[in-house]
Parts: sequence; structure tokens; C-alpha cells
Amino acid sequence: MAQVALRNIVKTFDRTPAVRGINLDIPDREFIVLVGPSGCGKSTTLRMIAGLEEATSGEIYIGDQLVNDVPPKDRDIAMVFQNYALYPHMTVFENMSFGLRLKKFPKAEIRERVQGAARILDITDLLDRRPKQLSGGQRQRVAMGRAIVRNPKVFLFDEPLSNLDAKLRVQMRTEIKKIHQQVTTTTVYVTHDQVEAMTLADRVVIMNAGRIDQIGTPHEVYHTPKTQFVAGFIGSPTMNMLPCRLVENGSGLTVRLSDWLSFPVPPSRVDRYRPQVSNELTFGLRPEHIIEGRGDVPPGAAAFDARLDVVEPMGMETMVYFVVDGVEVCGRVNPAAAGRVGESMRLVADLNQMHLIDPGTELVI
Amino acid sequence: MTTTTTVAEPAIGGNRATRYGSISRGRRRTLHTSYFFLILFVIFFLIPPVYMLITSLKSSAEISAATNPWWVYHPTLSNYVDLLTQKTYLIFFRNSAVVSLCVVSVTMVISVLAAFALARMKFWGSATLATGVFLAYLIPDTLVFIPLFKTFAFIHDKTGVELINHWWVLIILLPTLTVPFCTWIMIGYFASIPKELDEAALIDGAGYIQMLIKIFIPVALPGIIAATIFCFTVSWANFLYGLAFTTSTDQLTLPVGIVTTLIRGDVYAWGEIMTGALLGAAPPLIIYAFLMDYYIAGLTAGATKG
Amino acid sequence: MADVAARGVHVSAAYPRSTMHKLVRRKSTIAFLMTLPLITIVACLVVYPAFYSVSLALMNKSMQHFVGFGNFIFLFKRNTFWMVVQQTVLFAVTAVVFKAAIGFVAAHFVHNLPAKGQRKWRGMLLIPWVIPPAMSTLAWFWLFDPSYSAFNWVFVHLGVPQVAWLGNPYWARFAVILVNVWVGSPFFLIMYLAALKSVPEQLHEAAAIDGANWWQKIWYINLPMMRNIIQITALFSLIVTFANFDIVKILTNGGPVDQTHVFATWAFNLAISGNDIPLGAAVSLFMAPILAIAAFLILRNVRRRGTEA
Repeated sequence: MAQVALRNIVKTFDRTPAVRGINLDIPDREFIVLVGPSGCGKSTTLRMIAGLEEATSGEIYIGDQLVNDVPPKDRDIAMVFQNYALYPHMTVFENMSFGLRLKKFPKAEIRERVQGAARILDITDLLDRRPKQLSGGQRQRVAMGRAIVRNPKVFLFDEPLSNLDAKLRVQMRTEIKKIHQQVTTTTVYVTHDQVEAMTLADRVVIMNAGRIDQIGTPHEVYHTPKTQFVAGFIGSPTMNMLPCRLVENGSGLTVRLSDWLSFPVPPSRVDRYRPQVSNELTFGLRPEHIIEGRGDVPPGAAAFDARLDVVEPMGMETMVYFVVDGVEVCGRVNPAAAGRVGESMRLVADLNQMHLIDPGTELVI
Repeated sequence: MTTTTTVAEPAIGGNRATRYGSISRGRRRTLHTSYFFLILFVIFFLIPPVYMLITSLKSSAEISAATNPWWVYHPTLSNYVDLLTQKTYLIFFRNSAVVSLCVVSVTMVISVLAAFALARMKFWGSATLATGVFLAYLIPDTLVFIPLFKTFAFIHDKTGVELINHWWVLIILLPTLTVPFCTWIMIGYFASIPKELDEAALIDGAGYIQMLIKIFIPVALPGIIAATIFCFTVSWANFLYGLAFTTSTDQLTLPVGIVTTLIRGDVYAWGEIMTGALLGAAPPLIIYAFLMDYYIAGLTAGATKG
Repeated sequence: MADVAARGVHVSAAYPRSTMHKLVRRKSTIAFLMTLPLITIVACLVVYPAFYSVSLALMNKSMQHFVGFGNFIFLFKRNTFWMVVQQTVLFAVTAVVFKAAIGFVAAHFVHNLPAKGQRKWRGMLLIPWVIPPAMSTLAWFWLFDPSYSAFNWVFVHLGVPQVAWLGNPYWARFAVILVNVWVGSPFFLIMYLAALKSVPEQLHEAAAIDGANWWQKIWYINLPMMRNIIQITALFSLIVTFANFDIVKILTNGGPVDQTHVFATWAFNLAISGNDIPLGAAVSLFMAPILAIAAFLILRNVRRRGTEA
């Protein structure tokens, strides 16, 4: 078990910068997830921690040791690859015990460790099979078993669930979470799927174009995103973003989205937003905070009517879309209350959850 | 946080080296080692052709003077001029060229037709036949040339058709060496063409011959080029059949000609011999220089596509 | 005639009426006709001579009548025959082992290079295979010349005793194997390089993380995954080397004193120069069993690869 620290990590490939300066402190036993779109540098960062890529500049510490010059085999880490990277000519047992065999562990201990890991992963009856006889999910477990058996300081996961079908992915996600509760090793997990990030992470690191946009718990990045990118990346469906203007309204402020739609700013935020009055801003509100209007409007919320453009029944909820000045806005309503396409429907927006973003800096205010 | 640590905790199971160089330095060292050994290999592999070149530029006087064999003090092109104006050598070259070109044409036609039939048009026994073709390739020419020799002599006795000591006999014989392998290569290439193309063509109204000509040959062109190169190289380099079946000087192909005639009695005109050998090696080398990738593809196709 | 159309037959505007026409247009007939030239060549010029060889070996020298196993008994009694057996086997096995070793090592070195540079090196390293063996053997013959050997010249300058490359029987055998290794190594290099490239890089990364150093990676990952190619290539080469003719013929013609003869060259000399065709045929037949075994192993290997992939 060890902590991991990255200081000013930069990685350039042939004049193309992939990672532009990363600072990260991962305490011992934390499950941290690096998430972001393709090409944001998350895999490169992971590989630098593993030693498979060399950092162009900056320092990497595993435990208290500076490991920039240490080859992967001496870093005491274990990695689970997206394509599992199981040795096809070895049985599951041999795959899992390979690292231990190389280090000349006694046979009894090898067997004990492999059996232990196999029990945790529920693959004890697969130990004599070859990888090509296993399903995708089983292979993934063997890959994890190989990592667990080594008892390393850090686990590294490189998009391990991307190759699995949707249902299996959900199942494996839960498995990984359970395993981390049992085997509490520090884990660095890379994925492009924000749902995986939110469900698995103790903390989430959102990366964009080689830089870290925000580090925080899932709750933090969901409720208090710091940049427009983070706000739009986290949450599904994505947050609605509309151009708007702040207007003085007596002692308070109003967010003006269009001729027919304006919302009052909750009193707690008036002081924060006042300096932005009459600037062009971006208004952000998640679809789950635009719900059907029924009866009383709770404090901080505002009711309005909108003509529905598209209605998507999802079973458990129905997504409704309406247009504001050419921008399609999404709301999430109870299926029973949903209106019909072309009709007007009463909706309620919970403005306690609103965000205002400066379009120039792309920072949330 | 310590900024410079080169001592690692010893890993379980043994003493690890406690000094680490940088990873890139380790990689650079592997690279330098690789280059070092590769240079040694290249020297080993290139000594003969280089030496052929050096010798070919020497006059016989310089050769018999036994000066440094690895250096030419008075380079001369007289060997080249002599050989290229000498009728015998030109005849060898012509024979080889004609034989090779004919063999290539014959082989490619036979192979492509057969490969197409075997790869695509599954008929009764096609799998067995394909295996049989492969096996035929494994039967070496050295096993077969003696009975062939006798057979040809027999045919000569019975019908008066002279099959021995004519260079064109090789056009009949050499395809046995090239057709099996070329067919094998082409089967591999044809088999890798998606069946959807066939079906689209059939729906469009194409017959099998049209499918072959308009679709398969163009799409499998790299394979055809590779097979052609292989075929040419084998025909050009052939020594055994030429040696066994042709004896008169004007009937010899290049390899046989150089080996048998340039060594006149006790006097070896090494300058000429090396020049002859170099010029004899030139056509395959030139093709190789320009079409190296196809060459290699032909090589690997046989075993890996099998 | 719906059934005619359903057979995937060449549908033309006017349906063929006669059964002869129908037969000609059937797919399997066309296919068979297309393979006929191939079958003819292989049957007449490969299969038939192979069998005729057996019958020839059973005849007497003038080929007038059968002598049964007379030729074979004659061979078994001759010392030269056993020498040739021993030489051919030694020659083939040693050469293949060295070719495989050189090819394996060189392939790894080439694979280590950055991708752009590999092509140049690969190009240079393949040259011995491109040059017609007869021509390059001449070059080696000149390099080994008793009076003018360029190698001996270097030896003399280094103070090392000269070597009678082709005059001394042991050196002559060495020379023959050396030239064969020189000609054949590039083939192994190319095949192994291709096999090496098909090993996924991620396996090496996983092994690196598991703690493997460079030779452990080769031993535990490269070798097992290349095993199939290694076997097939070795078997192919064994067949070709076993039946090799050009190199021995040009370099030593079997000498000195028949100490470098292999089956092919000895058979040639007996049949063509010595005018004893049946005896030559008998000798060449001894190549058959080894070739058959090797061919069987190759086929089995190739089929296994097909199902494993």
C-alpha cells in the first residue's frame, strides 16, 4: 500500500503535448478515477505511473520513492489492461502466478495467493483453463486476479470495462467496488465513462486536453463543477447550457434566457452574481432539475410553460425537449405527467441547482 | 518527499540491483547493442557480394599478383567489357531470360486458374487437391531429376523428339518447381477476399471467368506480384535441372554456363568469373531493390498463410 | 429450368439444351478444368517420376532387367554410402540449427529498432537469399581458394595459420555448412520477424509489470507464441537443406574424397557422370523417408494453426 504523487508531470510525443502539467496527490488506499474524453491524456498519465512511458519532465513518487528512473518491473505495481493482456499460452493459474514465479516465490505460497485471489473473484473453477476458453468477463477477472496476487503498492486500471457489453459492464463495476472494499490497495482507474467514474471513485480527476480541470469527490464534481467542461462532462444526459444575461430586478437578480423565459436568481446567490450583471453568460441547469409542474412551487424554483418539441419515453422517466431561442433544452419528468409533442406543458426548474458560467474563461462562477 | 533516491527496497525473493539508470538510458543501451550486432550480421551477409564486386573490378594481372584481396588498386572494367561482348555469355543471359520469362508466364496462368478454382469454387476433392499441391511442393527436384532424365531419354529413343540438351526443355521442367508454391500463395490471397464480392458479382451477372479477371486478379494483385517475383527468382537461379538436362554450351542457362565454362581446365579467370556471377545475380537483385516488400510478402505467404 | 439457375450456373440468354452443354457449364466442371493444367504438371513431372524412381532403383545398370534390391544391398555394403548418410544428416541438422539461431537472434535485434529504420536493415540482411545460390557459392568458392583465399590473406596478416578450406575434409564440411547457413539465415530472419511482430506489445508490457527482464520476456512470451512458426520454418528448411544440391556441387563436388557428398550430389554423380541411373535413383530415394516425416509434421502443424487461430 502506498500513496502516489505526481508533480508537474509533462509528456510530449514528438512535439505533440499529451500531458501539460499534472499535479496530483493520491493518499494511501484511495480509489481515484481519471476520467475524460479520448485524447485528454489520462491513459498516458497512467502509463507514466506504470513506467511504460517516460515523463518528459516532472516527478512521480510511489510511496516515498522517486520512481522516474525505475523500470516497471521494479515499481511494485500491477496493471489491468483494456484488452486484458492475458498470456494466451498459459493457463489461468499460470497467468496469475507469472509474476510470483519470476520472483521465485515458494510454490506453496504461490498456490495460496492464487487460490485466495481466485476466491475473491469467484474464478476458482477456471484455474486450469486457457484464456481462449473464457468469456470476456471471465478474462477480465483473471486479469484482476493477476494484479491482486502480486499484492502491489498500487493497482492501475486502464479502461478495463470498455470491451464488455453494457450489462456485463454494470455487473463488473459493482464487483470492482466490492473488491476494493476487500483488497484496499491504492487504485488509479482510467475510464472515459463518467458513470463508471461517479460510481467507483473516492475522488474523481477530470482531465481535458492534457490538463486537470477538477479534482473532487463525485458529489463535488456533480454539484459544484468548476469549469464548463466539467459541468458538461459529468451527468447524463448532459447539463443544459444556454446563453443568458443577468438583469437587475428590484433587490434581486433575474436570469434572462429569452424573451419569454426568465428565472429569478435564488437570494443566496445574488451577491455572488451581482458583479456579472449585464454580462453575457452561460446558464447551466441539469435536466433532472427541470421537472413537471404540480401544485405548489417549492422555494428557489420557478414554474414556466413550454411547447414540447420531442418526447422520449424511457420507461422510468420521460425526457422532454423544448426549444429556447434555437437551443434545445432537456427536462426529466414523470411519465404519467408528460405532455404530448406540440403541446404546452408546465415545468418547474429548481434554480438552487443552477450554474452560471463565464463564456470567456469557461469557469463556473 | 525525497528528491533523489536511488536505493530501492529489496523486492521479495532475492537481491535486486539497487542502482537504476534512467529508463531511456536503458532503452538507448538496448538500441546500441542491437545496432552493434546487426552491423556484425550485415558484414557477414554482405562479404560475398562485396567481394564479388571487388574482384570483378580487378584485372587478372592484379589478381595473380596476390595483393590485398580486399582492395582494388587499379580498378578496370575490362572484365565487364569482355563478358558483355563475348557471345557465349550473352547467349547464357539470353537463354536464362527467355526461359525465365516463359516459365513465369506459364506458371502464373496455371497457378492463378488453379488457385481460383481451389480457393473459391469448392468442388469435390478440392481440399484434398490443395493439400496435394502443398505436398508436391515439398518433393525436391533432386529426388525427381533422375527418373525425368531417363524418361526424356526414353522419349527420345521412341519418338526422336530431342528433349535433352535443349534449353526450352527447361520451360517444361521448371514449372514443377514454381507452380505448386505459386498456387499455394495465390490460394491464400484469394481466400482472403471477402465472399461478399463474389456474391455481388454473381448478382451483377458475372460468370466465373469474368469474376476472376475483373475482381480477383485486381484485388489480389499484390499476391500476384509476389508470386511472379518468386517464380522469376526460382527460374533464374535454377542450377540442377540446367546442369542435368543441357550440356552444349549454346544451350546452357546462366548459372550453369558460368560454373561450367568459365572454369577452363586449370586456369580460373577469377575476374571474369566474379563479373559473370555478379551480372548473373543482378536481375534478382534489381527486382528485389525495387519490389522488396512484394518479395518478402511472397516469402512469408507460403508458411503463414498456410 | 429453375434448377439450372439455382445451381449458380452461368445464366445466359439462350439456355443450353443438350446435356453435354449442361455438363460443360456446371461449376464443378469449370473448376476442374481450371485445375487440370496444375494436376497435369504435378502428375506428370512430380508424382510420376517419384514413383518411376522406385522402379528404376530396382533395375540393373543397363536398365535391361530388374535386380530387385540388388542396388540397395550394394549401397549398404559400401562405406561411401554410410558416409553420405552421415554427412547429409549432419549437414542438414547443423545447418538448420544455426540458421534458426541466427534468424531468431537477428529478428529480435531488428525488432528492437525504431520502425522506420527496420526496413533498411531488413533489406540488407535478406540479400544472401536473393542472390542465386549458384552465384554466391562461386563467390565463396573464390573466397576459399587454396592459393588466393581472401580469408587466408587476413589470417596470414594476423599471424594465424592458414586454413585449407576445401582441401581438408573437416574444414570442407565446415565450409559447406557455413555457405548453407549464409544462404538460408535470411529466410529464418524474415519469418521470425513476422512472427515476432504478431506478438501483441501489451503482453510485453504486462510481463514488464509482472517483473520480467529481457530474456525472461523472450523465454516466457516470445518463444511460446512463436512456437508454431519456429516449427514450420525449421521443418521446411530441413526438407530443403536435406535435398540441397547447388552448394555442395559447386563448392566441393562432394570432395575431398567424397567427404562432403550429400544424397543429392552423390546421386547426380552416380547417375549422370557415372552413367548408372538406377544406382543414382536408389541413392536419391533415401531422401524420401525423412521428407515424408517432415512433410507429415508440417501438415499437422499447419492444420493445427488453422484451427487455433
